[in-house]
Amino acid sequence: MPHDHPNHSHDHDHGLSPSGHPYRADNDEPLTYWQRMEIAVRELLIEKGRITAAEIANQIEVMDARSPANGAAVVARAWSDPDFKARLLADAGAASREMGFDIGPLNLIAVENTDTTHNLIVCTLCSCYPRNLLGLPPDWYKTREYRSRAVREPRAVLREFGVNLPDSTRIRVHDSTADMRYIILPARPAGTDGMAEPDLARLVTRDAMIGTGLARTP
Amino acid sequence: MDGHDFALWEKRVDALMVLCGAKGFFTVDGLRRALEDMGEDAFEKHSYYERWIAAVNQNLVEAGIYSLEELGTRMEEIAARGPTYGAAQDG
Repeated sequence: MPHDHPNHSHDHDHGLSPSGHPYRADNDEPLTYWQRMEIAVRELLIEKGRITAAEIANQIEVMDARSPANGAAVVARAWSDPDFKARLLADAGAASREMGFDIGPLNLIAVENTDTTHNLIVCTLCSCYPRNLLGLPPDWYKTREYRSRAVREPRAVLREFGVNLPDSTRIRVHDSTADMRYIILPARPAGTDGMAEPDLARLVTRDAMIGTGLARTP
Repeated sequence: MDGHDFALWEKRVDALMVLCGAKGFFTVDGLRRALEDMGEDAFEKHSYYERWIAAVNQNLVEAGIYSLEELGTRMEEIAARGPTYGAAQDG
């Protein structure tokens, strides 16, 4: 008996695979209008000598290589080195570049979580995110739900993400723009005294740097 | 909403946006304006990278990098190449 997939959203006429599963889309769904536009724009740019195929492939590789691990390394350094932390809070872009992360001309601002203040980042307009340090944003970050609720009811959003803060904690929501993006410097968890930077970095999740999470405890 | 792996065409839109911006063909503000000119409808009906390729395209046409006619002709040619994204690539 094949598995039931009543809510499967990609119903095609492909039938089921030999193992009884619906075939998954694999870049081979019917060509869309927008995909045609992407192909056309790319080809025209290449033909007119404005861009090369290699540049495009390279840019995709650069973007794919960026991940929250980069931000976690920056946070771990800030936890370990007070001077670096001061530089990070003064200019997060320069501090990231100092660690060898090529984040381009991105204007990055680090905001620190403390015992009394918790910070959360959002882009109410669209999807601005410290992408040149952390990679592309998670899908939920770009949704209307998150973008509106993060400012309207941040405490409820945080609870959904499993972050329960006392009412006495002040919550600050930072609205990112194309020119100014934020990253959270999470509070260093208890019980991490003497831990080395690479071990500390493993406690720093993507969500902790968005503010929808806290750093893990060891 | 779960995260999803971006499709190749989406990553290419992202790359085109970054590279064209870096080369000075348009600014972030130009992209922003194109997105806002689409109207609310576009935000209900189209996905994120669908809106971005539309905004990139509009800015490139306005910058005179290629014409709307060239785009239309090319998109027709592409449709004739094959039924899927892979089959519609040139070469």
